[in-house]
This record gives sequence, C-alpha cells and structure tokens, in this order.
Amino acid sequence: MTSLDIAFTAVGAVTIAAGLLAVTTRHLVHAALWLVLALGGLAGCYLVLGAELVALVQILVYVGAVVVLVIFALMLTRAPIGPSPDHATSMLHRVLAAVIAGGVTALLLAVHVPLAGDDAVERTPIDTAAISGQLFATWVWPFEALSLLLLVALIAAFAVAAVGRRARR
Amino acid sequence: MIHLALPYAVAAALIGIGSYGVLARRNAVLVLIGIELMLGGAGLLLITAGATGRDTWAAGNVLTLFVITIAAAEVVVALAVILAVFRARGRIDVTDALGSECQLATEAAPGASPGAVPAGPSLDAASAGAPTRPAP
Repeated sequence: MTSLDIAFTAVGAVTIAAGLLAVTTRHLVHAALWLVLALGGLAGCYLVLGAELVALVQILVYVGAVVVLVIFALMLTRAPIGPSPDHATSMLHRVLAAVIAGGVTALLLAVHVPLAGDDAVERTPIDTAAISGQLFATWVWPFEALSLLLLVALIAAFAVAAVGRRARR
Repeated sequence: MIHLALPYAVAAALIGIGSYGVLARRNAVLVLIGIELMLGGAGLLLITAGATGRDTWAAGNVLTLFVITIAAAEVVVALAVILAVFRARGRIDVTDALGSECQLATEAAPGASPGAVPAGPSLDAASAGAPTRPAP
C-alpha cells in the first residue's frame, strides 16, 4: 500500500458509500444531497489520479450546476419532504435490480482488474497547459461540436418546456 | 506509485450502483441520479486509463471533460422532459408510463387554468394505477 493507495481508498470509500445512499434513501431531497457527496468524492478520486483540471471541472459542473438543477426539478415536481416509500419499486423488483447491478459490477471487475496487474505503477502527470494544447489542437472539432451540442440542448430544453405548457392551454 | 486495481474497482462499483438506481427507482429524477452515477464511473475509467502509460493526446483527461459536458447537456434536456411530463400528468412515476392513457387530451379541455398544477398527491396516486386525479 502506497500513500496514494491509502488516499484513493479513503475517497473511493466515501464515493461508494454516498452513491449507495443516493440510490437507496427514501428521502427524495437526501438522494440529491448524497449525490453531491458522491460526485465530490469522485472529484477527489480524479485529484488522486493526477487530473486536477478534470477534478475542478467536475466540482464546477456537477456539484455547482447539475445537482442544483436536480434539486430545482425536485422542488418543481413537488417532492414530498420526509421519507416516503413510494419512490422504490416492489421488493421483487428491487432484488432483481440488485442482482443485475451486481452482475454488471462483477463483469466490469472481471474485465478490468486483471488489466490493472498486481504491481504499483507510476502515474504520469499531465499538466493543464498540455491538456489545453491538445484540446485546441487534436480535439478541436469534437470541442466545437460539443459547444453546438450545448446550444442545441439549451434550445431543446426551452422548446420541450414550452410544449408542455401549450398542451395545458 | 498507485495500484490501478483500486480505481477500476471503484469505477465498476459506481456503474453497478448507478444501474441499480436506474432499475429500482420509480421517480424519474431519481432515475436521473442513477444515470449521473454511471456517467461518473465511466469518467473514472477514462481517467484511470489515461493516468498511466503514454497518453500522448491527453485523451483520458480530454474525453472525461467531454463526458462531463455531455452529461450537463443531457441532464438539462432530461429535466425539461420531466417537467413537461409532470405538467401534463401531475406525477413523474416511470412505472405507470405503460398501461395508463395519456392525459394530454383531457388536460387540453376548456376550463383548465394555464400553469396550474393539480393539487392531488403527485406520487401517491401511482400505486392505484388508474388515473385518480381530481377533475379541474
């Protein structure tokens, strides 16, 4: 166990625990707040793996924007305060879902853990200048396509919300 | 020095947790939370693959940034759809999407005030299956 291993175990345990609570809690608003902790722990994982820029973008976009959107949606759809059993499906459904989720996890573990090998490896740090250089050289067309995608998503969100309102009139 | 088995295990666990959230939840917003966790696991896989070895194009970092951006766009559109469905039906239960008729036609009836949301229980009515919302 190296020091990076210990640090990653700590943030990974926080991430997994918060993720489990986010998908199992009976409080709607608590699920969104546990999602904040899970995504923050994921940013910590990125930091330990040496990707500082991605960690900062993760905190900015996910914790700052996506979770706020989710909480707004919960409030606009009149989420009940307090525990309510109506958000989970029946026991059989949940057991089946847990079996499928366990199968997915086991499959990914079986594929990736042998790939990682047994030895500790040195991480290769990539500084932000190199990332930005690659982003605006090698990846510039996907980058521009993404900006177009964001514009389309913005307009589509307006359009979909307007269609829902027109149907009520 | 780091053992790469740990990040791979955390990513696999996150994707499993997310798929459980997608499969076992009835509220559409909670399904979306599961999808976000799965996307987080995918980003962790990309970062782990790019953290070691020769990543000449910085692909691990750049592709993770792209995944985060696409997730932000996806969540905006998904929440707009959820709000439109809530406005049309009064609840966002994903299990009663099949079998119950679309209530858009009745919503368009005259007398319904624009922008008003039915006051009935938004999620409790789902267990009955039949449309139990009070008429406006």
